[in-house]
Amino acid sequence: MPGSGDWELFPHGADVGVRGHGVTKEAAFANAAYAMTAALAEPDQVRPLRAVEIVCAAPDDELLLVDWLNALIYEMATRKMLFSRFTVRIEGEKLAGEAWGEPIDIARHKPGVEIKGATYTALRVAQEAGGRWLAQCIVDV
Amino acid sequence: MDLAKLNRVSDFEWRIAPVAGMHVPAVIYADESLIGDMDDKVYEQVTNVARLPGIVKASYAMPDAHWGYGFPIGGVAAFDPERGGVISAGGVGFDISCGVRTMLTGLTRMEVEARKVELADALFAKVPAGVGSTGRIRLDPEEMDAMLAGGAHWALNEGYGEPADLERIEEGGTMQGAQPELVSSKAKRRQRDEMGTLGSGNHYLEVQEVAAVYDADAAAGFGLKRGDVVVSIHCGSRGLGHQIGTEYLRDMAIVAECEGIYLPDRELACAPINSPVGQRYLGAMRAGINCALANRQIIGHLTREVFAALFPRAHLELLFDVSHNTCKLERHGIDGESRDVYIHRKGATRAFGPGHPDLPDALRPFGQPVLIGGSMGTSSYVLAGTAASEARAFSSACHGAGRRMSRHQALKTWRGRQVVDDLADQGILIRSRSGRGVAEEAPGAYKDVAAVVDVSDAAGLARKVAQLVPLVCIKG
Repeated sequence: MPGSGDWELFPHGADVGVRGHGVTKEAAFANAAYAMTAALAEPDQVRPLRAVEIVCAAPDDELLLVDWLNALIYEMATRKMLFSRFTVRIEGEKLAGEAWGEPIDIARHKPGVEIKGATYTALRVAQEAGGRWLAQCIVDV
Repeated sequence: MDLAKLNRVSDFEWRIAPVAGMHVPAVIYADESLIGDMDDKVYEQVTNVARLPGIVKASYAMPDAHWGYGFPIGGVAAFDPERGGVISAGGVGFDISCGVRTMLTGLTRMEVEARKVELADALFAKVPAGVGSTGRIRLDPEEMDAMLAGGAHWALNEGYGEPADLERIEEGGTMQGAQPELVSSKAKRRQRDEMGTLGSGNHYLEVQEVAAVYDADAAAGFGLKRGDVVVSIHCGSRGLGHQIGTEYLRDMAIVAECEGIYLPDRELACAPINSPVGQRYLGAMRAGINCALANRQIIGHLTREVFAALFPRAHLELLFDVSHNTCKLERHGIDGESRDVYIHRKGATRAFGPGHPDLPDALRPFGQPVLIGGSMGTSSYVLAGTAASEARAFSSACHGAGRRMSRHQALKTWRGRQVVDDLADQGILIRSRSGRGVAEEAPGAYKDVAAVVDVSDAAGLARKVAQLVPLVCIKG
């Protein structure tokens, strides 16, 4: 589970922003995914029982972040699952990752809103002063 | 928003002259109070839209405008394909054809009050709502394509609804030009379990009382009487629409870069209407519209079943079904000539005025019903399109209150249980599987819908017909 300083939600007028930090770009992507789970449920209540593989590719880091989050949204929607542990490997334009989670349990996970899609609004993937990576965007709920 | 940056045209209209790459002015309809509360992001977004190729006349923001994605929510913009005009997936939104349908019940509040708890429980049991919920309908690939081509007409043929419903739905219940083959298998897969589901967030099914009538003639024409009970359903094209939006937004982001279209914000990703991607999106987006129309038709049918079981006297008649996230080809008067343009309405409701040929005979004298949703404890409104609306903003009006507080802040401010109890004290029964969802959607998290509606009326976008107050709300 990422530390409390590794991810956060930030406000948007109608929806919500998800932000991950990490010592690597991969860690920032994984933590942004964790933040996305926090946007709809309690991620520490989601047990990492089963893994789903995610593969995507995009011409730049920002599109790759949106593709990664949208791939997770698709898996959540079609498998009716929530995820709480993520591994990410990025080589050039390609991302290969795993999302670990379990089927949605309304009573335990207390989900709020479903996520429709990751947007290009407030989209940023960058190495910040100090060397840590940031990965963020607004998700439409 | 800083008023000093705007030119005041009237008490309800503000203008931003074209500067720095804007092809047309931006126009915001609001009073001083609403515009003072608007996020600066609305200024940025409404002016960014004015920079897109082929935009016609002006980039508009409705009185409920707020920070969206690329386009402001409450944004209206028309593009001319013959002048390099573009189509934008972000300008339609992820929830393609999200909209509201309102049905008359023929019952009075007194009749419904006696069985209100049973009604709330029965609707909650019948209509799937909330994260992870699934419908009872499963479509095979052929049926899915038939649904995407036929919309509410398809649903009717499958036994959902009544023939008279169709003329009370935009496009007669079927959006022409849909191309199901351009909808990806992932989008169809995402929809597999979701036909006839409400979704979550600000989507709902409400039983409402007509609390006030402002325009007696139009109200009579619409079948609305004070004390009557109606049902309003707010939802859209579910996972299928979300996936279409996701995929085409990405395609357009890449195409725009290749075509050299300047995007002040990547979310404005767009493609020329007369381009392969533009045409593909149109075909897929129209299929998404049909999905939303079919979805609301099915939920309307489920609602009728519940009322029939509890109130044998009830006959649920469709008043109207109108979307507020669309792009449609319409003919409008522009610079003294009649032109076919593609109107994006992102969180804005079409509002055809009296006499419009697309309206059914019974509604034509009064103008198109414009259905404005509230949020659980707050009122909803029925408005009607005006003759002036076309000149104002291509026959468009607001769509709801718009949030004044982020979801994050709402969660810190309210507990779902407390919101449900407080509303119950006011006689409003909430049914939801999600305490968190209820807290995020607390009535206090939204702006004053009455102020938005009053300004829409005063600005001539649409005129007030009736106020609806909630009795029961099934919340996603």
